[in-house]
Amino acid sequence: MATVSESATRSAEIMVLSRPSRSLWGDAWSRLIRNKAAVVGMVVIAIFIVVALFAPLLAPHDPLQIYDGKATLPPVWVEKSVTGKAGDSEFLLGTDSIGRDLLSRIIYGARVSMIVGLTPVLIILVIGVVIGLMSGYSGPRVDNLLMRLTDVIYAFPDLLFYIIMMISLRDTVLGKLMNGLFLLFIALAVVSWVGVARLVRGQVLSLKNKEFVEAARCIGSSDTRIMSRHILPNCLSPLVVWMAFAIPRMIIVEAVLGYLGIGLRPATDSAAIFVTSWGVLLSEGNTTINSQPWILLAPAICVALVVMAFTFVGDGLRDALDPRMRGTM
Amino acid sequence: MGKYIIRRLLWMIPVLFTITVVTFLFMHAAPGGPWDRDPGRRQVDPATQEMLNHRYGLDKPMWRQYVAYIIGDFDDDGSFVCGAICGNLGPSYRQRGRTVQDILFGIPEGQPFWNSRMGYSARLGVLALALAVIVGIPAGIIAALRQNTWIDYTSAVIANIGVSVPNFVMGIFLIIIFAVALKLVPVVPLSWNSPKMWVIPALVLGFGTMAFTARLTRSSMLEVMRQDYVRTARAKGLAERAVIIRHMLRNALIPVVTVLGPALAGLLVGSFIIERMFSFPGIGQEFVQSISNRDYSMIMGTTLIYGVLIAVANLAVDISYGFLDPRIKVE
Repeated sequence: MATVSESATRSAEIMVLSRPSRSLWGDAWSRLIRNKAAVVGMVVIAIFIVVALFAPLLAPHDPLQIYDGKATLPPVWVEKSVTGKAGDSEFLLGTDSIGRDLLSRIIYGARVSMIVGLTPVLIILVIGVVIGLMSGYSGPRVDNLLMRLTDVIYAFPDLLFYIIMMISLRDTVLGKLMNGLFLLFIALAVVSWVGVARLVRGQVLSLKNKEFVEAARCIGSSDTRIMSRHILPNCLSPLVVWMAFAIPRMIIVEAVLGYLGIGLRPATDSAAIFVTSWGVLLSEGNTTINSQPWILLAPAICVALVVMAFTFVGDGLRDALDPRMRGTM
Repeated sequence: MGKYIIRRLLWMIPVLFTITVVTFLFMHAAPGGPWDRDPGRRQVDPATQEMLNHRYGLDKPMWRQYVAYIIGDFDDDGSFVCGAICGNLGPSYRQRGRTVQDILFGIPEGQPFWNSRMGYSARLGVLALALAVIVGIPAGIIAALRQNTWIDYTSAVIANIGVSVPNFVMGIFLIIIFAVALKLVPVVPLSWNSPKMWVIPALVLGFGTMAFTARLTRSSMLEVMRQDYVRTARAKGLAERAVIIRHMLRNALIPVVTVLGPALAGLLVGSFIIERMFSFPGIGQEFVQSISNRDYSMIMGTTLIYGVLIAVANLAVDISYGFLDPRIKVE
């Protein structure tokens, strides 16, 4: 008499897959790279990351160096600007009103945008995942408490909060760390984790009574193990999509705050890693909009490019990771 | 339903409480106060400062200042002065002699009511929303009906740009094109009486919402088009027009209508960068200015207004769902 295990082995042999199996991520990746917009987006992002990392090597000039007599130069292809000056091949995008090279400043600005895009998002992920897991996995009392908290923060007008926090704490010790970047990270992280927390909680609630979790519990897995090995991996794909959309939001907020003059503090010390940002350049460009519109235009184009690139990748990731969502929003 | 609305209204209290407490704490944590002048200018002398602090109640403990602002407090004569719950947003610290509600809602002498600061912001928001609705919804409908044609692709590209490029970056591009390069409008309008001036700010403010509306309408239409009841309507020989208007649109527009409420609140609240960009005389401009001025009552007042707007808009969405789609039962 064939035992159960024997017949199981036999049926497993029959059902051997004719094609090598692909993991969820491998499968998603192959779908992602078939999406042209997403590939273009990834290339653009990769270029900006390289530019940000190797800014000192790529920048033709020191972004803080003031070139006497070279102020307010237009980009190189302009033959005669409003101020009557011609482009100089040494300064490809021209110079600002005190004679600093715009291209070098844009290149250094990419650093801030990339770091502002990434750091708060990572902080938010940690806070959001922990709170979401706690909320979904522990009893209704903790869940209720945490969800009420997220409801309150969710209703908070976030841009108002950023502005109030940045202006209020700008002149304190906290606001001076890393040219104000530190405060920016905190401000961005403090109110934005609620989205992640809700997302993770939702996943946990829908997964925690599933058979595979029950099975894990049956063989005696601890709660921590169930959460980290069984539930969290199932939250990863929505989280990756969330990240792709959160990063450009952070970059936009930095640009807005910089534009209002309350973001990064422009450095005067050339040893600083974060010298200037696109937001700072926007606010500088705004003052000379009539005579030198290119100072405003260049960072605006960069912001638009990066943000669009991330959105394309985000759309691509969403379609790739959850093909059912394809074609909907 | 009534019970639900009341519960949601009550829920606004802790939300607004948190918003105001956080704002209150932050603005008092900020170094400097409302009487500081820019360095270099003659500073207000300490005795006067003390007098001013006393007059505005800034010498009282923090919790009492907060309660005084929100609920009210007794003044020196012992009479009760009601706070924000009575609509009294307090005296402005910078624009002496005027109250915050007067600055924000007051109508300049001899002018129509929509020329108050709030009126300006509201008009800009409504204009932007109108643009989003008038262009966005038809664009989405046409794109869905002509799916996978060049119309669909063009509108998808524009909508993608509109959704991802932030509105102030869009504003920069439009200003440079229309004001700097083509010189059709001045960079900073001197007067807002000419309708021409309103076009670019409204377009900038509404573009994102327009793109979003178009995308939402398109996807919602595509979903509805595949429904059985649409096939039934066609099968019984209805004119295509009637099928589209009576059977598709009615259902497809439900999700669209529900996002328009918060979109308006978002347009009102999110406009302060646009207002600043165009030197627009609305409340957003006043808000940004008040924080750097440490005009405490103005900060609290504008934040409170924004908070209420958002909370009401969120409530409106949830309620409108129940009205528009009977399948969704409010629990």
